[in-house]
Amino acid sequence: MLAFILRRLLQSVMVMLAVALIAFVMFRFVGDPVNSMLPENASTKDRQELRTQLGLDAPVMTQFWIFVTGTAQGKFGISYRNKRPVNDLIAERLPATLELVFVAALFALIVGVPMGVYSALNRHGIVSNVLQVVSLIGISVPTFVTGILLILVFSVWLNWLPSFGRGDVVKIGWWTTGFITISGLKSLVLPAVMLGLFQVTLIMRLVRSEMLEVLRSDFIRFARARGLTDRAVHFGHAFRNTLMPVITIVGLQLGSMFAFAIITETVFQWPGMGLLFIQAVNFADIPVMSAYLILVAFVFVLINMIVDLLYFAVDPRLSVTGGST
Amino acid sequence: MKKLSIIGIVLIAVCLSGTVAIGKTLRMSDSTDIAAMDPHSMTESNTIGFLHNVYEPLVRYNELLQVEPALAASWEVIDPLRWRFHLREGVKFHNGNPFTADDVVASIMRAIDPTSPVKSNLPAVVVAEKVDDMTVDLVLKGTDPILLNYLTNIYILDKEWMTEHDALMPADVRKGKENYAVSNSNGTGPFILESRQPDAKTILVVNPNWWDTPKHNLTRIEFSPIGSDATRVAALLSGELDFVFPAPLQDIERINRADGVSVITGPELRTIMLGFNYGDKLHNSNIQDRNPLTDVKVRRALNQAINMDLIAEKVMRGMSRNAGILVAPPVPGYDAQLDVRSPSDLEGAKKLLAEAGYPDGFEVGFDCPNDRYVNDEEICQAITAMWARLEVKAHLTAQTKSKHFEKVLAGGADIYMVGWATLPMLDSYSVLSALLHTPGDRMGGWNPGGYSNAEIDKLTDAVSSELDQEKRTAMMTEALGIAKDDVAIIALHQQPLVWAVRDGVNMKVTPDNKPRLWYVNITD
Repeated sequence: MLAFILRRLLQSVMVMLAVALIAFVMFRFVGDPVNSMLPENASTKDRQELRTQLGLDAPVMTQFWIFVTGTAQGKFGISYRNKRPVNDLIAERLPATLELVFVAALFALIVGVPMGVYSALNRHGIVSNVLQVVSLIGISVPTFVTGILLILVFSVWLNWLPSFGRGDVVKIGWWTTGFITISGLKSLVLPAVMLGLFQVTLIMRLVRSEMLEVLRSDFIRFARARGLTDRAVHFGHAFRNTLMPVITIVGLQLGSMFAFAIITETVFQWPGMGLLFIQAVNFADIPVMSAYLILVAFVFVLINMIVDLLYFAVDPRLSVTGGST
Repeated sequence: MKKLSIIGIVLIAVCLSGTVAIGKTLRMSDSTDIAAMDPHSMTESNTIGFLHNVYEPLVRYNELLQVEPALAASWEVIDPLRWRFHLREGVKFHNGNPFTADDVVASIMRAIDPTSPVKSNLPAVVVAEKVDDMTVDLVLKGTDPILLNYLTNIYILDKEWMTEHDALMPADVRKGKENYAVSNSNGTGPFILESRQPDAKTILVVNPNWWDTPKHNLTRIEFSPIGSDATRVAALLSGELDFVFPAPLQDIERINRADGVSVITGPELRTIMLGFNYGDKLHNSNIQDRNPLTDVKVRRALNQAINMDLIAEKVMRGMSRNAGILVAPPVPGYDAQLDVRSPSDLEGAKKLLAEAGYPDGFEVGFDCPNDRYVNDEEICQAITAMWARLEVKAHLTAQTKSKHFEKVLAGGADIYMVGWATLPMLDSYSVLSALLHTPGDRMGGWNPGGYSNAEIDKLTDAVSSELDQEKRTAMMTEALGIAKDDVAIIALHQQPLVWAVRDGVNMKVTPDNKPRLWYVNITD
């Protein structure tokens, strides 16, 4: 067990280092931040001075070393554009993104799972077929198009929901929440639907196919032979066995929702981390970009590790092979 | 019963205060958030423009872009290297502190500090000296005829407040130092910062003790930046906003067709142009032994082959203004006679090219941004096609602005697009010193192609110290005329400024793209 965890930890560190390296190499190609930091009429000398002071003309290896050691200590420096510590900027934006991802994931589960179960139990029903077609559309339409359509229908035509922003937020310690104001809740609806829509269709199709598989297996047949009611067979046995892979996938999808929130946040001007990142890219704001990439990589690594450990806990076969190698 | 009536009263009060606030509230949106509240931390024009509502300079531009007194009531030139400013009496900062000479000295010294990012916006000033409580002298290192223009961009902060919060120096990224003034403010302007959530909402309320007589009737400004064009327009159409800028060109018709909103437009100061590589050879060409662009006939041919009327009609939807010289009409040094684009002439251009020794054309690199100017990439594609008919094969690279300007400023481009608004000086000297002067430490910062013309250099140097406005303007016009004859840089057009407002909001487009909210009236 301990060896397994240690090995996973070591692998995680390697992944983080690789991400740091890729991120660092990428910054060579995003453009020169100095040009956007100084006014148009700044002289060539001013530009060169600033470049030297920011350490942008130091040898590549030196820059990478400073970057890695700084990152390891959680020091990301000051944003070139906003002139504030990057850690503060991230801490300020994190609640917005996390609340959005949480609501979107909840929406995906609450809508996706029942739809999947229903269409597995009534394979040939009209509603199931309609759901299948609709889910196909949901998977194939780009998310920014759904976002713009949602705004057009619910904000411009019907005037029901706000088209941008987070509404009024309440500060609780360093956390800001939109959960306890009416405008905050209204503002959450459209972005959460946009971010969650793809997941709804994914979960629905996953639940459906898993459940169909389980329903075909022998123990369900035996359960029926024992004379159990449909209800007990479907929900007591089939559904429970369907859930294991679903939980795994949903866990992994959480990470990608966190990362893909960029598009949703851009369309709805949601003041989260994705929006911060997009602006940083436009401005070649290297400290903010690197902090964001490292954080997203960290979230992915963390979720993967938790999922692996869960497997380890759930599946006794893993511990045997894990111990023998 | 008693409880109920209290609730009733509270409800009525809430409703009343709600309607009063909404009646005079301007809800506005820009495509990017302001960078920070500190006016000396950043020179982005949207940040400087917005902060003008909170902070004020010694002199400011009015709606017609003429310099008028602001925090300085009057000024005199004691000698060319010493300007004396008499400050306005009775002005108070938002926190109630009186405005005095100490504040001006501290603010100017803060702006020109070696670590200040805005120091190049006040290049001539060496030191600010207090004469008495209401008089300040600015000492210059050389004569500066456009000192006042520069000063319109340098805002005055409260010394006492800066000292109290350890903000006497601007934020310094290099030392990793934060600054209280980045998120807080204390100015003298018509509006007071109430709250700010970056990228979400910045709220200003009216300053009841403003020294000037208000021409606006606003009580509150809610600024919410929206990066996505489609969302910004949708929020205006759904009634969530009163004023958005910029409005995308392709949505103009849609906005005008909708009820209760309309577009307001005007030409921007910014002139879009094409610069040339004047080096020994081209970076991206089949001709390796010489540089065709150094021949004025080639440059003239390239200019003549561009059909700007077609671009104005098809790419800019009739909203742009074709340019003959490198500055827009409101800029001193502009001359209407020079500002005529000769009609496009493909045959003439072909003849010129043959005379120059390139009857079969040549290949050349062509660099454009794709997210900086209005329809920048589309314009470059159109020009590439027009040059192709001249047998000049342009290899177009269109990329994001930070990459584009990095390449251009490093001298890596053959022909490149650049836009110049002459801000903050609002003077042709800006074009002459930055774009046309031979590159050196102080001048030619945006002349990476290495254009060099002794006559223009001489005139530019003379302009930089000539205090007689008439003579000075004549020299600038002359220099711009020489640049035009020499096709040093191709002038294309002034791009349009497109703002959109809901009915009842009365405001005008100002060519420098800085909404001056102290002129805005809401009529319902």
